[in-house]
Amino acid sequence: MSALLDAASWVLIVAGGLFSVIGAVGMLRMPDFYTRVHAASVTDVVGSFAILLGLVLQAGFTLTAFKLAVVALLIFFTSPAATHALVKAALGRGVAPLGGEAPSKP
Amino acid sequence: MNCARAREALAFAATLYAFWLILSGIYTPFLLGAGLAAAIAVALLARRMEVLDREGHPIHLAFAVVTYWPWLLKEILKSGWQVTRIILDPRLPVSPTFVRFRPSQKTTVGLATHANSITLTPGTITVDAEHDAFLVHALTREAAAGVVDSEMDRRVSRLDGSA
Repeated sequence: MSALLDAASWVLIVAGGLFSVIGAVGMLRMPDFYTRVHAASVTDVVGSFAILLGLVLQAGFTLTAFKLAVVALLIFFTSPAATHALVKAALGRGVAPLGGEAPSKP
Repeated sequence: MNCARAREALAFAATLYAFWLILSGIYTPFLLGAGLAAAIAVALLARRMEVLDREGHPIHLAFAVVTYWPWLLKEILKSGWQVTRIILDPRLPVSPTFVRFRPSQKTTVGLATHANSITLTPGTITVDAEHDAFLVHALTREAAAGVVDSEMDRRVSRLDGSA
């Protein structure tokens, strides 16, 4: 059982690391500011959640596991707010998006 | 002091105390008591400052998210995989698009949940969130079409009781 848990946790941690690197590659490859933010959200959400879940499996049913869950919850609520603020600020400052301007209000 | 407000303050104090217990890890009588006193004091202060309401501490949604969050996680993994494939594709097939649409939620908590859910799923970001319109930036045209009148919209509306 513990070998199985270990294997699952390592798969998750390695997958999380892989998704983090893929997000970084995407940030370099994407053509403009807005598309780069999309690539970053792979690192942000998928990468960090996979790593945290892997660490929870390592911690087992302990206080550390609950603390890791609190960290995941914090990321879950703050990361979209930060991304939203970043993109809204960029649009407000007139960073031109690829594929046409934002549609004006109807 | 009416009954609903007291229940909110009590729920808030309980949440704060649970948070204290998780972070502390040292369960001596003094620290247990100090944590309880601090949680109650903060809840009373928050009530006095009138910053405690259904929006700030939406405890009534606690059970509804039990079914919503696993579904959201599945969506995050699905679109995370799609964005990963776009990043690793040598042709880099992106078609960045803005889309404006009207969300069906009526409460602020529902709108915030919907906007945050859109941003959490890779490939779509809520740029502007107002009562009558969301402005979303999507990595591809297909992703942009996917957020208008979506399953997510319906699920959040059911969650916050707007539907």
